[in-house]
Amino acid sequence: MADTALHTEHHTSTGLSNVKLGMWLFLGSECLLFGGLISTYMLYRGRVGEGPTPSQVFDIPFTSVSSFVLLMSSLTMVLAVSAANQKDDRGTTLWLTITALLGATFVGGQVYEFTAFYNEGLGFTTSLFASSFYVLTGFHGVHVTVGIIMLMSLVGILKRSKVPGSKSETVEMIGLYWHFVDVVWIVIFTLIYLIPV
Amino acid sequence: MAIIERPATDTPAVVAPTVPSAAYGALKRPVSTTSTWRSWLFTVDHKKLGLMYGAVALFFFIVGGLEAVLIRLQLAAPDGKVLNADLYNQMFTMHATTMVFLFVMPMASAFANYFLPLQIGARDVAFPRINAFGFWAFLFGGIFINMSWFLGGAADGGWFMYAPNSGPIFSPSNGIDFWVLGLQITGIASLTGAVNLIVTVLNMRAPGMSLMRMPIFTWMVTVVQFLLLFAMPVITVALFLLMFQRNFDATFFDVAAGADPLLWQHLFWIFGHPEVYILILPSFGIISEVLPVFSRKPLFGYPFVVFSGAAIGFVGWGVWAHHMFASGLGPVSVAVFSVATMAIAVPTGVKVVNWTMTMWGGKLQFTVAMKFAIGLVVLFTIGGLSGVTHSVAPSDTQQTDTYYIVAHFHYVLFGGAILGLFSGFYYWWPKMFGKMLSERIGNWNFWWMVVGMNMTFGPMHILGLQGQPRRMYVWTEARAGEGFFNLGFWNLIASIGSIILTIGVLFFLINIFVTARSKKQAPLDPWDARSLEWMTSNPPKEHNFDSLPTVGHLDEFFHRKYQEDENGQMQRVKSAEEVLKELEDNADAHIHMPSPSYWPIVLALGLPVIGFGIIYSIPLALLGGAIVLFGCYGWALEPSTATEDEIDPPSGGQSQEVVKVG
Repeated sequence: MADTALHTEHHTSTGLSNVKLGMWLFLGSECLLFGGLISTYMLYRGRVGEGPTPSQVFDIPFTSVSSFVLLMSSLTMVLAVSAANQKDDRGTTLWLTITALLGATFVGGQVYEFTAFYNEGLGFTTSLFASSFYVLTGFHGVHVTVGIIMLMSLVGILKRSKVPGSKSETVEMIGLYWHFVDVVWIVIFTLIYLIPV
Repeated sequence: MAIIERPATDTPAVVAPTVPSAAYGALKRPVSTTSTWRSWLFTVDHKKLGLMYGAVALFFFIVGGLEAVLIRLQLAAPDGKVLNADLYNQMFTMHATTMVFLFVMPMASAFANYFLPLQIGARDVAFPRINAFGFWAFLFGGIFINMSWFLGGAADGGWFMYAPNSGPIFSPSNGIDFWVLGLQITGIASLTGAVNLIVTVLNMRAPGMSLMRMPIFTWMVTVVQFLLLFAMPVITVALFLLMFQRNFDATFFDVAAGADPLLWQHLFWIFGHPEVYILILPSFGIISEVLPVFSRKPLFGYPFVVFSGAAIGFVGWGVWAHHMFASGLGPVSVAVFSVATMAIAVPTGVKVVNWTMTMWGGKLQFTVAMKFAIGLVVLFTIGGLSGVTHSVAPSDTQQTDTYYIVAHFHYVLFGGAILGLFSGFYYWWPKMFGKMLSERIGNWNFWWMVVGMNMTFGPMHILGLQGQPRRMYVWTEARAGEGFFNLGFWNLIASIGSIILTIGVLFFLINIFVTARSKKQAPLDPWDARSLEWMTSNPPKEHNFDSLPTVGHLDEFFHRKYQEDENGQMQRVKSAEEVLKELEDNADAHIHMPSPSYWPIVLALGLPVIGFGIIYSIPLALLGGAIVLFGCYGWALEPSTATEDEIDPPSGGQSQEVVKVG
């Protein structure tokens, strides 16, 4: 997807570029993926068996902070897109790096949280609640991680790029993905942590 | 990715590289030649990919067919000895899986890949490399699933893979693991294909090709891609949960651990019911092209056919639980899904009416393609009617898990989907290969298939209503009943029918062989067809159209050939050759086609490695992940169109990429 700059000038029937339309469709599909996982969690969240209950393990202040970090990364992503549109490759690189760092902080928080839960007796197979919790939040974590890899790769590509602003559409595409992953987290955070079982 | 076209100017039409070229070491850009195996392995041409989809799907059709014949041989007589119970379970599971995921879906992809860009007047799909990736992922996924036969036994839980039968206790072999991971891989192929084709339809139409001027086949394929886009992630979730249960000891479907086995059924059928429309709608599209051509009339009520197809797409999401009437959902759910199921018969009925009215009063030409199309209308209607009986929940509860259901879905899938695909073979063969399939052998093909099909699946209505259960590996004479309803008689008829059906398919293979050896070239426009895919040579040039046509009508090609005279009669004013000549005379000076690439196949190759890794050892999965990552990077760093110096061996002067036409 390195050649998106070419396509912005290319005529399309809708006026939208192919990659942008493709990304929107892909995100539409992702909605159903998370929809299925969230449904599974909602079905099983009360089935704790012999294991710990959600209220025993959840540390809501901690997760709130890491959620805040993730949401702030959407802001820095917007700044990266804005810098890219102004053909400011240095600014883009800077904001992309900050976005990736904020994302990494969130994933780090998730790893810490999983470890803490595990030590408190909530293994992957402890109960249906545990399995569906780990699968749902784990899938989200994988999505964030893939986003971080894309952001860092983009930073690397930008450093080699000779034409300023030539990657602006790629930045925008990864931005769409990143915002989507954030929005999904708002839903997941609300459903998992804020609604009492 | 997309095709880059430049207006004919004096400046040379060379696209500037967006990253430094020749930086990929061992994997430099492959040569784009027309004769070697490399030109197929690394191609991104939608037509070559379409042919490869078709060839592989046809192979899996034969595999799935042989599995079906073994099932019928086992059931031909009481206490069959051909298969044991375990092998029988594997056989019916893999028969269904192969036919659904490895034949009908990819064969529809084959036609869609080949003809959708041609029908909308495009030179390729929106993302040619993703298209290539989709094909390789499908191929590797299909091989991966079938490797289970040689690695301890295939999946044996039925294609619906209900819990608890799919758990490790009841199915300890790796068959279901191969099935789960293989379907994930083919699912990725379907998803990428869906995104690709939707973007192609929305964005790459020729000038003037508004949505309501698109050929019906393109419309139906588009509806199918939307269904795939939203149905595949649901089965992906279900398969992931099953994988975690089987390979990582989770208990998502384990009732003893407090799980709800209905979760699998809901997830599976939320995917599974849209899936049946994914299977049938491409064939509806094909015969909506074939019937008007051989009736010498435009399609009756084009907008109705379009919107009823879209309506089927929508309502198809609201009927999934009619597969679960016997699971105790409760009266409200059952009532709602009963009514929804009755409702979805309406848009389907609209289509049948439209096809009939298209033929009504037409000058019918009974070519083989037309016969298959009419066969679809008749046999699908029979299957559709028995389908409506399933919406009556009390009756359905009686029929659940009997051969009546088997009869129903074979009438809609064989009588519907597969006859439609065969109609497409005969109709489009001259377009794809430049030679006509023999009509004489085709007639044998058609009649043996139709007679065999009715003999095989017709008696199953009786067997089912008499109570013969599905998926039982034997039946006994002692309980077979008397007289007309004797199970033995009808089982034997069904088994003989399956042999006749097989011979019918054999005639098709003979026909392919005979046609391939024949020297006779097809005329440019053998059927006097109506849509844009015929407005190019047979087979089409690599860039499809010398100049992109400007579309002014539905059935554009027909309207270029025929015009109304003063009496309101359509009169032929031009031959197909003359229409084509006009396009050639106005040919675009420079046409850039996307260049071949190694990366799609590299990326796809990583997926089965991950699959093996999950089953056998995690480090192998990490290796697969590394291959995928490597493929992604190579892909991202490679511009979709090669520059002159990237083509190895370096070509002097005019490159393959710049096709000089006219």
